[in-house]
Amino acid sequence: MCTYLTETIKIAGSGKGSAGWFAVSDASVYFDHPVHAMAEHTLNIDFRNPGKGPDARVAVELTYESARELVRAIEATLGSVPPGLVA
Amino acid sequence: MNEALSAETISIAGHNGDEIEAYLAQPTGSEQFGSVVVIHHMPGYDPETKEIVRKFAAHGYAALMPNLYHREAPGASSDDAAAVARARGGVPDDRLVGDVAGAVSSLKALPGANGKVGVIGYCSGGRQSFLSACSLELDAAVDCYGACVVYPPPEGLGLKFTPVAGLAKDLSCPVLGLFGADDKLPSPEETAELSKILDDLGKPHEFHTYDNTGHSFFSVDRPAYRVAAANDGWEKIWDFFGRYLAG
Repeated sequence: MCTYLTETIKIAGSGKGSAGWFAVSDASVYFDHPVHAMAEHTLNIDFRNPGKGPDARVAVELTYESARELVRAIEATLGSVPPGLVA
Repeated sequence: MNEALSAETISIAGHNGDEIEAYLAQPTGSEQFGSVVVIHHMPGYDPETKEIVRKFAAHGYAALMPNLYHREAPGASSDDAAAVARARGGVPDDRLVGDVAGAVSSLKALPGANGKVGVIGYCSGGRQSFLSACSLELDAAVDCYGACVVYPPPEGLGLKFTPVAGLAKDLSCPVLGLFGADDKLPSPEETAELSKILDDLGKPHEFHTYDNTGHSFFSVDRPAYRVAAANDGWEKIWDFFGRYLAG
């Protein structure tokens, strides 16, 4: 199936693409057919800066298990941030 | 069939006269040929779908694929353009029909064109192929696993697609449907419902659903590729277009 499912969010930070570092302002998150990964469906994330054009994009395609593990790792990392480092 | 062809990127007048990029392949050495508009899948105007365009030319048809994401990302790579289009919710239906109409006009203007034009679409393009056949005067249409033709998209997906089966009374040509039994969008229930709608309207169609096959089974570069279904599907396409477009 083609899920078409897409979450789009505003973000702040930077990413490194084919032309070097750039500020990222948007992210698309979707579970669908990948372009490159060898899986029928993957969790795909596009970190983008639409103002800089379509190629201002850092893309990842992760297997379902990898994406779950990434979420766990991010939560664990953010959960261990010492008090006072974030507002 | 000598399989000689030429292929190139051209500009065509799409919806509202917008100039958009398109990929054209046509047989060389044929005095007359039928034509096919190829509607790319949601991942975009990619090298693999251009290969499909050339395959039609090798089989004696002129084929033209408009870049449906050209406006969002002119000159961008196909995957970057698809990412932009996805983030914006996809291609509006009226713009799609206008772009296909422009492709039809361009094909009919080719020296050697016999005036017959069909359409084929994959994935989201399957639905768009059906929509085009309900909106334009065409000679044949192929829907390869297009979802949301009958049923609305599942809630929560944030999709802008709306069902188009309500337009079936205006269907201008026979339809060939090629689907996977393991697909969820479209499900076998949805394609059976579409077949019943067309039966009730007396609209000629033939649907084939392949066992042990899911979505996107024509995609040779993806794990979803199913060689048996794809090979049989291509035979069905050659037979179908041979009846309605050739000569």
